[in-house]
Amino acid sequence: MGASGPAAPAEAVMKRIYLDHIAATPVHPAVREAMAPFLAGTFGNPRSFHAEGRDALAALEEARGKVAALIGAEDAEIYFTSNGTEANNFAIKGLALGRQAQGTHIVVSAVEHPSVLNPVKALGKMGFTSTIVPVDGAGRIDPGEVAKALTPRTTLVSIMTANSEVGTIEPAAEIAALCRERGVLFHTDAVAAAGNIPIDVKALGADALSLSGDQFYGPKGAAALFVRRGTRILPLLDGGVQEGGRRGGTENVAGAVGLGRAAELARQEMPGRTARVAALRDRLLEELPARVERVLVTGSREARLPHHASFCIEFVEGEAMMLSLDMQGIAASSGSACASKSLKASHVLLAMGLDHATAQGSLVFSLIDDTTREDIDHLLDVFPPIIDRLRRMSPLFTQYLKEKGR
Amino acid sequence: MMYSDKVMDHFANPRNVGVVEDADGVGQVGNPVCGDMMTFTIKVKDDRLEDVKFQTFGCGAAIAVSSMVSEMAKGKTLEEALAITNDSVAEELGGLPKNKMHCSNLGADALHEAIKDYQARREGAPPREAKPMDAHEHEGQVCPYCDHALEPEDKVFCRACRVEFEECPSCGGITKKGDRACVHCGKPLGPDAQE
Repeated sequence: MGASGPAAPAEAVMKRIYLDHIAATPVHPAVREAMAPFLAGTFGNPRSFHAEGRDALAALEEARGKVAALIGAEDAEIYFTSNGTEANNFAIKGLALGRQAQGTHIVVSAVEHPSVLNPVKALGKMGFTSTIVPVDGAGRIDPGEVAKALTPRTTLVSIMTANSEVGTIEPAAEIAALCRERGVLFHTDAVAAAGNIPIDVKALGADALSLSGDQFYGPKGAAALFVRRGTRILPLLDGGVQEGGRRGGTENVAGAVGLGRAAELARQEMPGRTARVAALRDRLLEELPARVERVLVTGSREARLPHHASFCIEFVEGEAMMLSLDMQGIAASSGSACASKSLKASHVLLAMGLDHATAQGSLVFSLIDDTTREDIDHLLDVFPPIIDRLRRMSPLFTQYLKEKGR
Repeated sequence: MMYSDKVMDHFANPRNVGVVEDADGVGQVGNPVCGDMMTFTIKVKDDRLEDVKFQTFGCGAAIAVSSMVSEMAKGKTLEEALAITNDSVAEELGGLPKNKMHCSNLGADALHEAIKDYQARREGAPPREAKPMDAHEHEGQVCPYCDHALEPEDKVFCRACRVEFEECPSCGGITKKGDRACVHCGKPLGPDAQE
């Protein structure tokens, strides 16, 4: 920081630069507006046979249509859930248990979200077996490895559309095609991808797909699972007739309406959003390693989410970087052990072959729609001194300098 | 997650960062596997810590802990410095988040290692080379009821089930306190075990 004069009034309130899209996006004003009536006057239960109920049902079904349109699905193939985790649990457990008579083997990748890996682990206690397919250094899954993992007992493959920690877009369509050939169901966790890159479930060939509104300017608590018509799936929540009897419980009407409006906006605005954020992402991916030594870009450079820039900064730890950035008004995220409650380094980075020390320096910037060139420039300016300060404290950096003879 | 103001102060303005030239003792704890590694170097004069410096690779808590330890130890006699505990450091910092108590709160240990190194050198041992230690394992016991991982410091209590446990003297497994038999090996527990 150094000695500076009295703070200018403009600096009195620091502008926050929010670069943690993958944790949550702000709710779009148009989404808020669409939801407002359902938090006030229109309160009916969509399953009630009176005017209040009918109003709620009409709004719910309109929202379902908008979510379906975002991914090229039919309205009846969309099931509202309360979040991406529920959608993934519903898919993994519902599809695997629905086909239990045909087989009990599941294939997933090593970089799946815990809401996919842990349901598979839970099914393991009920007699299911699984194969975890490895990834390459860019976090990419080789469809050939998935093919090798299939056995006559395999009934379900779940591979994510894109990874939220390293931004890599997976070859989901290729994997879906080979699953179809072998008569195996294919689910894809598209929570990080849907609303951010174009997805068409027919072109993709997925039997099930999870998405969540808080990844594309919708509200939290509103997500959905697409299940191809005619696919057997057992409910996760047994209850009444809601969602075709496949997901019991009174629907979150306001949330679904918000999700629907966000899906509609994503469909309309995606080309503009993508072009804008991808240019800023590329600047960050280029400039950050150019301004600080020993910084590596994690994930694929080519097949990458447009809003996603991720790095490992050697000799420093992620949470310390996050705190330092936060003090400068910048919100980012990290997959370091310390930044996680579990105190374990990111399973994604370790699966990509990074060593523990490097994985601890994980830092993810995920851009939102109103991120500006000035925001990125500001980040690029404040970043080198932050790293310099932390590295001067780091025994690993001292060791590195000593080995380099500096 | 929330850090106290004192932790944030020590993180933002850490005291005594660096390496003491011609140190009389070097102590190192932790490993990058756990996310935290601390190196302390000390200068001793007339049985007192004339200078204490640290370097830390780790999270905000680890940096603040190291800084606080250096501040607490500087100028103290070796005996006084050896009486500093990880818990007293955490207390001095206005508390630490529960999940940081295990990995990040190792500053006093690193200081004690440096003092032990100094004492060993006085008895003719060669100076210690600072190098990363073996990682300690996080894969510990799990709650037998819900499979929730029990963190080392709360081995006797599952935060998810809110049940208190004890170690079975027969098999070493974690079992519910007050139960008459171990949930794992079925051997009698408590008063029934006396027969």
